[in-house]
Amino acid sequence: MSTIDPSLSIANPEPKDTDVIQKLGLALSGIGVLILFLAWGNLPIPKTVGLATAILSILIGVSIYSYRLYMKQPEGIKNNGIWFKGLTNRGVLGWMVGIVLTGFYVLLYWYPEYIGFKSTGNEGLVALFDPLSMFFKGQPASQWFVYGTLYTLAIVSLGIKFLYKYRHNRYQTLRTISVMIAQALFAYFIPEILAGLNYNDVTTNSGEYLGYYNTDIKNIWPLDYDFFHDWQQDAFRQEAYQPIGVLFLIIGIAMFLVVTPVLTYFVGKRWYCSWVCGCGGLAETAGDPFRHLSSKKLSAWKLERWLIHGVMVFVFVMTAATVYGYFWNTGEVFGLNIYANFQKPYGFLIGAAFSGVIGVGFYPMLGSRVWCRFGCPMAGYMGIIQRFKSRFRITTNGGQCISCGNCSTYCEQGIDVRAYAQKGQNIVRASCVGCGICSAVCPRGVLKLENGPEEARMDLPPIMIGNDSFKVAE
Amino acid sequence: MQHIVIIGNGISGITTARHVRKRSDDKITVISAETDHFFSRTALMYIYMGHMKYEHTKPYEDWFWKKNRIELKRAFVERIDTAQKMLSFSGGETMNYDKLVLATGSKPNKFGWPGQDLKAVQGLYSYQDLKSMEQDTKGISRAVIVGGGLIGIEMAEMLLSRNIPVTFLVRESSFWNNVLPEGESEMINRHIREHHVDLRLNAELKEILSDENGRARAVITGDGEEISCQFVGLTAGVSPNIKFLEGSGIETKRGILVDPYLQTNDPDVYAVGDCAEFKVPNGERRPIEQVWYTGRMMGEALAATLTGNKTKYEPGHWFNSAKFFDIEYQTYGWVWAKARENENDFYWEDESGKICLRLRWDKSSGKLLGVNNFGFRLRHHAFDKWFSEERSVEYVLAHLRDANFDPEFYKQHEAAIIGQFNQENGTNISLKKRSWKRILELVS
Repeated sequence: MSTIDPSLSIANPEPKDTDVIQKLGLALSGIGVLILFLAWGNLPIPKTVGLATAILSILIGVSIYSYRLYMKQPEGIKNNGIWFKGLTNRGVLGWMVGIVLTGFYVLLYWYPEYIGFKSTGNEGLVALFDPLSMFFKGQPASQWFVYGTLYTLAIVSLGIKFLYKYRHNRYQTLRTISVMIAQALFAYFIPEILAGLNYNDVTTNSGEYLGYYNTDIKNIWPLDYDFFHDWQQDAFRQEAYQPIGVLFLIIGIAMFLVVTPVLTYFVGKRWYCSWVCGCGGLAETAGDPFRHLSSKKLSAWKLERWLIHGVMVFVFVMTAATVYGYFWNTGEVFGLNIYANFQKPYGFLIGAAFSGVIGVGFYPMLGSRVWCRFGCPMAGYMGIIQRFKSRFRITTNGGQCISCGNCSTYCEQGIDVRAYAQKGQNIVRASCVGCGICSAVCPRGVLKLENGPEEARMDLPPIMIGNDSFKVAE
Repeated sequence: MQHIVIIGNGISGITTARHVRKRSDDKITVISAETDHFFSRTALMYIYMGHMKYEHTKPYEDWFWKKNRIELKRAFVERIDTAQKMLSFSGGETMNYDKLVLATGSKPNKFGWPGQDLKAVQGLYSYQDLKSMEQDTKGISRAVIVGGGLIGIEMAEMLLSRNIPVTFLVRESSFWNNVLPEGESEMINRHIREHHVDLRLNAELKEILSDENGRARAVITGDGEEISCQFVGLTAGVSPNIKFLEGSGIETKRGILVDPYLQTNDPDVYAVGDCAEFKVPNGERRPIEQVWYTGRMMGEALAATLTGNKTKYEPGHWFNSAKFFDIEYQTYGWVWAKARENENDFYWEDESGKICLRLRWDKSSGKLLGVNNFGFRLRHHAFDKWFSEERSVEYVLAHLRDANFDPEFYKQHEAAIIGQFNQENGTNISLKKRSWKRILELVS
């Protein structure tokens, strides 16, 4: 009967099937996650090897899985079936992941005792991390140490997956390596090592606590909203922490006052949001499978502008009150208690509920950039620079757009990229984080992120090029 | 206030409607039997592949039409009475018009193959085609695609995304080689095979065999081989969708015959896009242009005419684009499958075998005539302007960095291209650095 020539390849003619090695990788990472859950349930996981096994299983398992998944296919865009899968199309699996993530954040912020962080001594999940914390800084783990470790693990392991997925695209690979290093180094190893060297977070032998300050240089005010809080300002100046304490104070001020506006002028806010930032780092790696879930409706854009700038005003007012209270040592401004009326509501509503619970917990519902798009005051601040005084833009390639919608669909920030591209207009938007995925998924080579002269950056051509019918009339 | 009725809500009809609205307060009605709203036909494949849902392929949100007072009507036009200026719909309803625009697009070609009307045999053009393809490819073990053009290769990519093995019958000796020169065509052959498509060159369809339920079960090729399959894609081109015009008095040949103003023989009836056939072709262009971009440009020109600013359709320099699996393709100016008498030819291919560039230029004047680029991106504005300024191939190569449109940090190929060009042509072109000053001049 039929003689089917299975092409010239000796490889599997149906390359997207999950093969044995892939399944092994998945199973291995599953074991890692399982260990974390078992530890949470207070099962007696051996303390010496438990955490190392969990972390390595996840790291190696995800790497094997993604290597097999992507390397056996020709390089290119890998979005097949995204809208068919429950995990990535708000199906049962998506909801389950969303609920677990949201629940985890609620416990982390408000009920850390339920993950094992107890004044009487750690148990469960937190206790699993004690050996690592002891190794870094000679103290048992806190819930934040657990969170920081898992966060970094998520960015690194799923960053590796992203690197395989986009191996054909150098902008994507460099950007991803950058966020992986930024997270591991600036947010994790340097702060933990500094704490280990007693430059931070120290309790003296006599039991006096010397205070804590932010040693993650990429966590910049106003994203790091408590930078000016009195406890942090005192910790920066704490005798025992010098010269590192004051150095971080100076770096912190220089970052938002000089580095941020200058870099944003030259390259747009992407230098931060999709190359450095921790929130962005998680969104671009762990959040990548959910990027298309952001709303592209005009109504979402309207909401976005009110919300993000509202949060920005809130943080400015809160900080102004804080600084006033700090220098004049009043504790009050206009008769309002600064902690109760400014710092506490901001910390609860924005710092925890918005950026953490909604920002990450709702990835599978609202996409990976909910916080960055609707809430982050740092993004708001840079957005204003990017929109009005920056060399960054996404250039549109003349008349080549076919309005297919891939760019808009895969914009995690919910920008209707197509609306610009199909008019032949460059995209200059405050919210663009410069992830470059629109340009990557465009099947016609229409979009290019670049930095150039501000002149004519936003011009709207009356008619797209290629049509000479209007050479005189228009 | 005249009533402008547009039949067809594809890119041509919708562009006409939008630009009429920009220019006037005329009453606008757009009629479609296909969908309620305008969607991007070129994106149909991505719905099947799960990259997008139907809603994502709509370039405008649903409120857009009401806000811009463009009335949408879901109906099938059965008859046009040009004397009464009246349309009759399939339900018996009628509608009067002052100006009528026919933007009815195409339908897939069927060349009288036995079995071409069986179930699970279809082309891919309309939203309905997508629906039936979705239905008829569920759980199948092989599909056969007939016709080696742009839709054929897209259909292959679609089916592979569902892990359906594909046999691809291409009549020509190499993929799309009536359009692509040998190097490019060969590159795409390789890439098709890299994706494990069973590509059969020099292979024709003779017959499609039916199972007991009237559904395709196999095809028989020109050399008598039977290939069992449960789905057959017919992608041997498209032709104008004009059957409903029979007896209307509107002149047709293969398409609806129009003058340079897109006007038919009836002064109140116009045609745009795939369904229009120019009585006198525009320069080197085909009399029927079945391209997204030309449909849009016709719509822009016609909208001016309809609103009192009589405007000829005068397309500028030819450009087009496509994507063959993972390899992007752009073209500017004319690159024929074989260089003409007066043309010189240059072809460069990257060692990866997935990136290439071809240039054609006039032998006597040295003027650049066309460029094909695969696997990397070039700036439309640059080539459009360089053609208008009649730049020489040497000038274009020296300034090629200005035209590079690849994402930042990508490997740049200009030096390799120019090195090979100099060697082959005994020239001494040196590459200029990218200049924003020049780029802004190109764009302005």
